[in-house]
Amino acid sequence: MANLALRNLTKTYDKTQVLHGIDLAVEDGEFVVFVGPSGCGKSTTLRLIAGLEEVSGGEIEIDGRIVNNLEPKERNIAMVFQNYAIYPHMSVRKNIGFGLRTSGLPQAARTKRIDEVARILDMTDLLDRKPNQLSGGQRQRVAIGRAMVRNPAVFLFDEPLSNLDAQLRTQMRLEIKKLHQRVGNTIVFVTHDQVEAMTMADRIVIMKDGRIQQVGTPAQVYHKPANTFVAQFIGAPSMNMFEARVSAGQLTLANGSTLAAPVPLFGDRPVILGIRPDDLVAGGDAPLLEGRIEVLEPLGSETLAYVGVAGREVIAKASGRAPPAVGDSVSLSADPSNMHLFDAETGEALS
Amino acid sequence: MATAEDLTIKPTSQALLSDTAPARRQNLGQVIRWMLLFGGGVAMVMPLVYMISTSLKFPFEVYNLNLIPEEPTLENYQLVLGDIRFAWWFGNSILIATLTTVSNVFFDSLVGYTLCKFKFRGRYIVFIAILSTLMIPTEMLVIPWYLMSQQLGWLDTHWGIMFPGMMTAFGVFLMKQFFETVPDDFIEAARIDGLNEFQIWWSVAMPLVKPALAALAIFVFLGNWTAFIWPLIVTNSPEMYTLPVGLTTFSVEQQVEWELIMTGAAISTLPTLIVFLIFQRFIIRGVVMAGLKG
Ligand SMILES: Nc1ncnc2c1ncn2[C@@H]1O[C@H](COP(=O)(O)OP(=O)(O)O)[C@@H](O)[C@H]1O
Ligand SMILES: [Mg+2]
Repeated sequence: MANLALRNLTKTYDKTQVLHGIDLAVEDGEFVVFVGPSGCGKSTTLRLIAGLEEVSGGEIEIDGRIVNNLEPKERNIAMVFQNYAIYPHMSVRKNIGFGLRTSGLPQAARTKRIDEVARILDMTDLLDRKPNQLSGGQRQRVAIGRAMVRNPAVFLFDEPLSNLDAQLRTQMRLEIKKLHQRVGNTIVFVTHDQVEAMTMADRIVIMKDGRIQQVGTPAQVYHKPANTFVAQFIGAPSMNMFEARVSAGQLTLANGSTLAAPVPLFGDRPVILGIRPDDLVAGGDAPLLEGRIEVLEPLGSETLAYVGVAGREVIAKASGRAPPAVGDSVSLSADPSNMHLFDAETGEALS
Repeated sequence: MATAEDLTIKPTSQALLSDTAPARRQNLGQVIRWMLLFGGGVAMVMPLVYMISTSLKFPFEVYNLNLIPEEPTLENYQLVLGDIRFAWWFGNSILIATLTTVSNVFFDSLVGYTLCKFKFRGRYIVFIAILSTLMIPTEMLVIPWYLMSQQLGWLDTHWGIMFPGMMTAFGVFLMKQFFETVPDDFIEAARIDGLNEFQIWWSVAMPLVKPALAALAIFVFLGNWTAFIWPLIVTNSPEMYTLPVGLTTFSVEQQVEWELIMTGAAISTLPTLIVFLIFQRFIIRGVVMAGLKG
């Protein structure tokens, strides 16, 4: 059963439309991540779900109820903010218990619930502290605890890890994922970081300019990107894109290399060929491109090679153990099954 | 004050290019600065010292400007504290200053919060309208206030003394500015947690601006405690006088009884001292930020 459904959701501020019809169904217990560049409307979508902003059009359904006209507190959701927003004048216990104030639970049941949440988050020792006696990671855990305590139908997270340093971010990423596996509530998580999205999500929603570009599992959006935007946004470093032309089942690159088109296409038309750096390797029987290595980035298990090809830069992967040298000439090839073709005009994937 | 400030800046910036000569000049700067501060301090403290000193003198000694009374006495204190009129005035002043303080802290912050955190049409105009009343001096307002009190039967009552100060434009402005420092995330988090707008204001926003509330409380209490013109105009009967008004009447009975006026004034500084001591500990900066970020 869909736990959260968005139907043709639109939002307009003054005269600018920032959301252009968002459609999405989230299953019960699913971990969905909205990802996209800054300003694409992720937070706005989340705030509409939370009821902090009014929708301009469309419908939001939570737990089988249309909630468009309900107050945030009536929507059975909880939200964790980027800035944590835990109250500095209250102890951790009070902060976590704050969401229960209006629950009507008796005091004993509340205390029990707070202790339970504190135990799950491993914060029992911190309950009597004030926020200014906590580290950034601990504060974020308090904020999560405050959201958990009411056991909402949907958790909303708005870039909750952006204020943490890189190491802590990786750690909290894992913690939130484990937490989700344990408590099993539906989560809608917003981030601009595609690594976060890939590592945490059951399903990723990729947004751009107020429109959903693609919805799919991490594997789907990585291996079958719906358009050039998704192809370049997901995966680091970005997918290499080449202008090419298809005619009579033959693909011809700007440098004259030809190969059998990886997808059967009719007619004579310009296309864009996309190859991930991971799939572009030196050597091979049918080299696609030739160039000189300009910069090397050793990453340990592998080395990224920035190769100058006919005046532009192409990123390829090389061995970590026996890397090539800067200045070397290389010929690059790729397995046709790892190539992606896009329409040159619309950017949509061709398949 | 400004001169002392100016002097501090120059020597320090020269000290950066440090050598012995600038160091000596810095010392000279220090000396001048301390002398100015000392002079300012003395100028401010002397009236207070004379007030206390005079309150400890017998009438014959009042016009000798000696600081230490030859025959110190507490008789004036007995006289003043034993006088029923002083008790009336003190009581009136306490009542009025306390009620106006409570009222200002409550209503100024309520209005300031609304103007700051709710986006409604015309709020900017409302804010400007409130601010513009700051430019009208009390002296101009006294006549309309008087006419209004006369028509509504508020002359010579506590309410008549208090009503013009129950809310102040300055307080609204101060609180609005301070609520700007309360991040919207706190308010939205509380909204999701199920609080209504009044509860959000009271139990989330207000605790975060405690320093401003304390400052406002001090300003309002002192302002009303020392207010003179309006209480003088609106009151007739001695039972309704406030302390500042009442104290001046000590002088009109037989002769100017300076030692009693000074004694009353000395006693009347006590509540201001207490209010200041109570509230100043709330004036600690940076409380708001502790709940945010890392
Ligand atoms: N209160 C607002 N008033 C006007 N424009 C807004 C408001 N909030 C957001 N926007 C605009 O809506 C767009 C989407 O913003 P947002 O949802 O915050 O993006 P994201 O979270 O993806 O970075 C941005 O262009 C932003 O400028
Ligand atoms: Mg955002």
